Amino acid sequence: MRQTVLENDVSKITELAKQGKRLDGRALDEMRDFTLELGLCENAEGSAKIRLGQTEVLAGIKMGVDKPYPDSPDEGAISVGAELLPLAHSEYEAGPPSFDEIEVARVVDRGIRESKAIDFASLCIKEGEAVWVAFMDFYAINADGNLFDAGSIAGLASFLSAKVPKLNDKNKIIKHEYSGKLEMKRMPLLTTFVKVGGKIMVDPTYVEEKAAEARFSVSTTEDGYMAAMQKGMGGSFNVEEVNYMIDKAFIIGAETRKKLIKQMKQ
Amino acid sequence: MTEEKIPDYKKDKKRVDGRKMDELRPISIKVGVLPNADGSAYLEWGQNKVYAAVYGPREALPKHTQNPYKAVVKVTYRMATFSVPERKQPRPNRRDMEISKVLGEALTKVIFTEQFPNTEIGVYVEVVDSNAGSRVACLTAASCALANAGIPMKDLVAATGIGKAFGELIVDLNKDEEDAPDAVDIPFGIMPNSGEIVLLQMDGLLTKEEWAKLVPLGMKACADVYAVQKKALQEKFSLSEVSEKNVEAVVEAKVKQEKADTKTEKKDQADKKSAGSVKPGVLQQVKAKKVRK
Repeated sequence: MRQTVLENDVSKITELAKQGKRLDGRALDEMRDFTLELGLCENAEGSAKIRLGQTEVLAGIKMGVDKPYPDSPDEGAISVGAELLPLAHSEYEAGPPSFDEIEVARVVDRGIRESKAIDFASLCIKEGEAVWVAFMDFYAINADGNLFDAGSIAGLASFLSAKVPKLNDKNKIIKHEYSGKLEMKRMPLLTTFVKVGGKIMVDPTYVEEKAAEARFSVSTTEDGYMAAMQKGMGGSFNVEEVNYMIDKAFIIGAETRKKLIKQMKQ
Repeated sequence: MTEEKIPDYKKDKKRVDGRKMDELRPISIKVGVLPNADGSAYLEWGQNKVYAAVYGPREALPKHTQNPYKAVVKVTYRMATFSVPERKQPRPNRRDMEISKVLGEALTKVIFTEQFPNTEIGVYVEVVDSNAGSRVACLTAASCALANAGIPMKDLVAATGIGKAFGELIVDLNKDEEDAPDAVDIPFGIMPNSGEIVLLQMDGLLTKEEWAKLVPLGMKACADVYAVQKKALQEKFSLSEVSEKNVEAVVEAKVKQEKADTKTEKKDQADKKSAGSVKPGVLQQVKAKKVRK
């Protein structure tokens, strides 16, 4: 029965899109409202839970000490992982990472990594011997579309709130003691669009994603850079459409950043 | 742990976190928290924080997993990478697999599985923060999620850790107690109404006499857990305000509330016509809940 409901919604969404409307009454360029909850997980060095409409994502940071890569002996690293838990949707299955999980994790990763938001040199503990690796993993708890942006916002918030553990003289982590905050230089945010019935809409819900022909995400920074892009799904965009989405992403990204800062201050 | 002196519970009369020997950490449960799932629960138990979701009964796939006589209860227990002091590898380990198995077996006992042949009841539990006792927290949350999903059950399952640390018999061990030199940890789950044991594991060294003293402690603690579970479910399904006479009034109030809710949201032209269908829907819901009670 769910399948029938979904098919009905998909055709309805496509019809509405052609008139510039959406099933939930939003404007085509309107994000859903979101709320953030910080510091839920005490074992994490930083954590943030976002509720974006009905999409719920929990992100957490673990800091680990590791040997640096031979080609960058004075630089730490970050690692981003995503899990679409079977908890979050009947469509998701437990098992080895799916293509979707890997794609969303890598796109969120690139947005943060390539924006140079984190200065990897600052994660060096001792050149050639020990560096910090910041592992950010995010989990879909309830999936109602746009896990890209939800993961990006929750991920950034968890990085912004992350603390760096204290080390003893053997470079082992001292539990529950911290030397300071993780330093962030930029605030990159992904903004994701889909094309439905020839129209571009931002922040798609689950059914809007099902109705979509193509998807596009771009990571923007507060100082006017783009740090990552990803086109997804079988459809295509023309250059004008891509330029339109980039322009919109800077505007929407700035609003989202403002909301994020406001919620982090509370 | 640092080089502090080892606590002695016989002398101290108090535990490292200030609890009495038979005292549980604070527990709170919220039922029906995940809109996508057929049933769900979020539970906080001390520092432990877990989500439980139920999907099904649905066709068991692949087909060879089906049982023509009953439903298969499949539990998937996982821990988030950041839920433990040292990052956990994301792929499931042997511990995750074993816990999934014993939790599934514990829940199978309380579900009328024979009513749903060839199906699977998927129970997913995710630990997002932990401090000893995550499996009993998951079992407790999972049985609430099953009830929330409307799956016919004989009873809930209430569980807690029981055992020994620093020379005393205690309930609900925390991480410091689990790491004590004489620690005994016994995950203990029962059907509260019959007292039947559905989860029992142990590691550590224990005498028969100590076990005999621990059982009543465990039963008492599980009764406390059961009280929290019942309260959470009653909060979700409570219709104390509904009687035969005022059912119409309650429905009307709910319809008004829902209308007010939709008004505050974005006006949805597309769904305008569905406003008329709100009333019978709510009425059905209320009636269904009454029957359940």
